[in-house]
Amino acid sequence: MSSTYLEVRGLKAAYGDIQVLHGIDFSVDEGQIAVILGANGAGKTTTLRALCAMVSTEGSVRLGGEELAGQSTADIVRRGVAHVPQGRGTFPDLSVEENLMAGAFVRTDADVRADIEQWYETFPVLGERRTQTAGSLSGGEQQMLAIARALMLRPSLLLLDEPSLGLAPMITRALFEQLTAINEEAGTTMLVVEQNAALALRVANQAYVLEAGEMALSGPADELAADDNVRRAYLGY
Amino acid sequence: MVVLASVLGVFDISLDKLSNGELWLAQFFRGLSDGATYASVALALVMIYKSTGFINFAQGSLALLGVYLAYIFSVEQGLPVALAVVCAMVASAVVAAFIERVFIRPFPPDHVLPLVIVTLGLLLIIDSAVGIVWGFRTRSLPSMFPSGAPIEWGIAQLTWRTIGNLGTVFTVVGLLYLLLSRTKVGLAFRAVSSNLESARLVGIRVGPTLGFGWALAAAIGTLGGALVVPDLLLEPSIMLRVLIFSLAAAALGGLDSMVGAVIGGLVVGLARNLLVTFLDLSELALATAVAVILVVLLVRPTGLFGSTRVERV
Repeated sequence: MSSTYLEVRGLKAAYGDIQVLHGIDFSVDEGQIAVILGANGAGKTTTLRALCAMVSTEGSVRLGGEELAGQSTADIVRRGVAHVPQGRGTFPDLSVEENLMAGAFVRTDADVRADIEQWYETFPVLGERRTQTAGSLSGGEQQMLAIARALMLRPSLLLLDEPSLGLAPMITRALFEQLTAINEEAGTTMLVVEQNAALALRVANQAYVLEAGEMALSGPADELAADDNVRRAYLGY
Repeated sequence: MVVLASVLGVFDISLDKLSNGELWLAQFFRGLSDGATYASVALALVMIYKSTGFINFAQGSLALLGVYLAYIFSVEQGLPVALAVVCAMVASAVVAAFIERVFIRPFPPDHVLPLVIVTLGLLLIIDSAVGIVWGFRTRSLPSMFPSGAPIEWGIAQLTWRTIGNLGTVFTVVGLLYLLLSRTKVGLAFRAVSSNLESARLVGIRVGPTLGFGWALAAAIGTLGGALVVPDLLLEPSIMLRVLIFSLAAAALGGLDSMVGAVIGGLVVGLARNLLVTFLDLSELALATAVAVILVVLLVRPTGLFGSTRVERV
């Protein structure tokens, strides 16, 4: 039986006066993939940003039993939380290789070089373009780079915000296969926000539905996939 | 021919002057020397612009403070000039880091306008403070380089100072390039410049990184001031003039390009000296700098070497 790795209690977040999250609770078990579904504006992106202290928040976020609330983004990253933000997760003016080096910024071990080579093997197109600037890559290549950049941290928790956004269906499927493989091999716990609910529910173990800043539904991914309301609202059949 | 003659007449250009090869060469050397000093201060402007997206109008004032310190260390305390300048660079870096921490960091780094206004305020405060502390009497700061010229053709002299100025600015560019491309702090600096949010998400501490940029830029600006001031006289408004030429240099080169800053500086230095000599426009020297800024912004806002930002939406 796996243990809870990320535990969120009463998480609130606001942009100025606009309250986006009204105290949500959820958790992700160690080594599992959890997905957050929800309509536009439900607070999915804000949830991920709140976990990294990229917005002002209230509530408790415990990672492996340790409280993250009140810590800076830089310190949370040092706890092993990597975040692939929506759309622009790369450094467009830096080369592909420098992007990967930046991903390992907080690491002090000697394996950074080996990890870069490993991601070049996993994503050969990145290896071919290692000296090109990230801004010159296609959308799909940039998304791969953003994910590889995040994995360079050797994260214990990977947050992915709409990884399929703007990608062709085939590339999206390949990307999710990669993510599943990484989850199985490295045991990386993942929390994914995704519009492609069908695909996300297939790879995820746990699922949550966020509605207007409140957690509306939660449960094992296969149960939610069978739920009539979820099916109608997010799977479209 | 009549038109040409009348144009020449308006500007009081004598053909004797124009055909005087030695005069051209002399002004060419002087232009390079001035240009190197503009380039140094322009480099400092580019450092801040690259990382934050705004022009630090207080850059000249930080350099002014640095040059006064160099004056104190050398003329009053008797240190060798080069050592005094190095001490002044360190001191101005410390002051700049402090200023960044107290006056700049409280503002969100992605809201540019308040920051620009803060730097304008700092310009006025620092320049006035320097005037209050050290007075408005003019002083002269000796050059770091020996006087005299190893190479002469008639009135055209390639002086040690010109060689020193050029050598200094190219050394600074080389060292900056190495720092930014080969070191971890350089990677952090460029990452912050490229994408603030992703820089946070890889664990870079953005505030200290930008503070480091301010300190480094102030040291470079002080060095630029120590190159330029020996040609002029030291008084509290001196760096304002230099700042305008350096702004022109940075705009011409492209505000985010270090190589552009150097080439822009040399071009502005040359243009200024040639215009002043051959058109007798010494009163308009500052105006030529402003004209350069205007033309660049109208014709090619990214300058000669600046990057046009392409972002995927």
